Amino acid sequence: MTTDLMIEMNSVHKWFGDLHVLNDVNLQVSKSEKIVICGPSGSGKSTLIRCINRLEEHQRGQIIVEGTELTNDSRSIERIRGEVGMVFQQFNLFPHLSILDNCTLAPIWVRKTPKAQAIDKAMQYLKRVQIDDQAFKYPSQLSGGQQQRAAIARALCMEPRIMLFDEPTSALDPEMIKEVLDVMVGLAEGGMTMIVVTHEMGFAKEVADKIIFMDEGQIVEAKSPDDFFNNPENERTKTFLSQIL
Amino acid sequence: MNTEIKNNTEVMKPPIASIGLVGWLRKNLFSSVSNTILTLIGIYLLYSIIPPFISWAFIDANFVGTTKQECSKDGACWIFIKENLKLIFYGLYPSEELWRINTMYFILLICGIYILIPNLKYKGWVGSFLLILFPILSVVMFSGGMGLETVETRLWGGLFLTLVIAGVGIVLSLPIGVMLALGRRSKLPVVSLLSTIFIEIWRGVPLITVLFMASNMFPLFMPEGVNFDKLIRALIGVMFFSAAYLAEVVRGGLQAMPKGQYEAAQATGLSYWRMMGLVILPQSLKMVIPAIIGSFIAIFKDTTLVLVIGLFDFLGIIQFVGTNPEWLGFSHEGYVFAAVIFWIFCFSMSRYSQRLEKKLDTGR
Repeated sequence: MTTDLMIEMNSVHKWFGDLHVLNDVNLQVSKSEKIVICGPSGSGKSTLIRCINRLEEHQRGQIIVEGTELTNDSRSIERIRGEVGMVFQQFNLFPHLSILDNCTLAPIWVRKTPKAQAIDKAMQYLKRVQIDDQAFKYPSQLSGGQQQRAAIARALCMEPRIMLFDEPTSALDPEMIKEVLDVMVGLAEGGMTMIVVTHEMGFAKEVADKIIFMDEGQIVEAKSPDDFFNNPENERTKTFLSQIL
Repeated sequence: MNTEIKNNTEVMKPPIASIGLVGWLRKNLFSSVSNTILTLIGIYLLYSIIPPFISWAFIDANFVGTTKQECSKDGACWIFIKENLKLIFYGLYPSEELWRINTMYFILLICGIYILIPNLKYKGWVGSFLLILFPILSVVMFSGGMGLETVETRLWGGLFLTLVIAGVGIVLSLPIGVMLALGRRSKLPVVSLLSTIFIEIWRGVPLITVLFMASNMFPLFMPEGVNFDKLIRALIGVMFFSAAYLAEVVRGGLQAMPKGQYEAAQATGLSYWRMMGLVILPQSLKMVIPAIIGSFIAIFKDTTLVLVIGLFDFLGIIQFVGTNPEWLGFSHEGYVFAAVIFWIFCFSMSRYSQRLEKKLDTGR
């Protein structure tokens, strides 16, 4: 089974100044596994997934992504970033580029894909998230939900083997949340390895193989959705669940 | 609850006093007692300045003739400008070699027009030609070599010299400024420190001092016999001076970029230079276009300071011909002419900046 291990985190620690934001985090993610991370704000859930593609640097412990250990070696970081797609809360599309150019930028410059081929692939993914008719518009001309779907397509164009979602629906108006979640469900059904930080418990129930609850930098509870919602063990998990359900 | 919706087909117009010319005048010029007084003072000042100037510059001006004596009317003596035109535009550049400058002007003009026309193909190529081949060609054409007769830079002057200094300063200072700005924000302490020191030293010194240093002090540090051309020394001074200012302008743009843009670029695997070149700089430079063009305009006007090291730029040569005994007493005409030409160049840059901003606007 070790060959199927996509991400391995062994007693990872991180501090922001004196603040201990990740405290002895251990996590294994296998191929096609879907993990949902939830927890109160400031619990370190975003930091955890941002460590996986080195947007944040961990200070102790070990993170291995697809057999490559994350170190300061910028080449291995860039390679891992190519394998790991990320979707942000604020979309972070490049406002000076059209939606299509947003999607082809990294394949052309990082993967060295020929332009025509990159465009073909981008249109394919844009169609999959149902905004291929917006390909030549600029991000500012799209609604929040459309922008987030474009951001997902942009990440997919690199054909990543792992997708990280950092609160992908938190900045969206309620009526747009569903269109983004639908895309994510489709992606999960296609067998993508996913780690999703979200408060959308409906999504977690439907999609997750494992739900992780974090508090104060620690993984407090890690269970299948059934167990997580029906038999939470930890007091903090219970309090959290009673607040959001 | 049933509210009847009034079906009012009659279109109501705003009161007459709030629209049209009357409305505009009331709103903008006579909205209060103090504004009315200011308006009247303004009108009086315009009345006392503009008509006399127009009669001096045009109605009573002298256009025909070749000598000072033919300036018999009260107004401006434009014959002075006309007769010294070659000096004012080209300095002491040999007359039989002027075609070299004019050819380059012509090429520049054609390329410039080509780039300004929207929706033409191969603009990138024309732009690269202007930035790479054109300067090399200019050096050969202006100073000689490769079969052309050598023209020493001490003979260069007038508007030609101004354009050379400003052109080199502007074109070279932008890339250097960008590199300095990136350097100052670098995570590598040595790079950051060196960039900061460089920027702060050049920004802390007046341009006039830089030029004096370049002209008088610099040769003292050089070994005997080594002699850099004075113009090149001035060019280097102007270039670094302008680059230091631009660096801070560009840094402002970099600072205004949301962190998410860096993260999104990194997350897709772009390396530092690609992230900067493809994502960050295109956006941040666009944000600071007005300030960049502002720096360009400033450096264009500051080129007049090269007079202090004995280079006769556009303004310098106008002052110089004004001291010619044959043409004593016509410095007014010279200064007005210089002002008009400077204004045309600076205003064009300013308009181009606005055009560029509009064209590149893709929303945020």
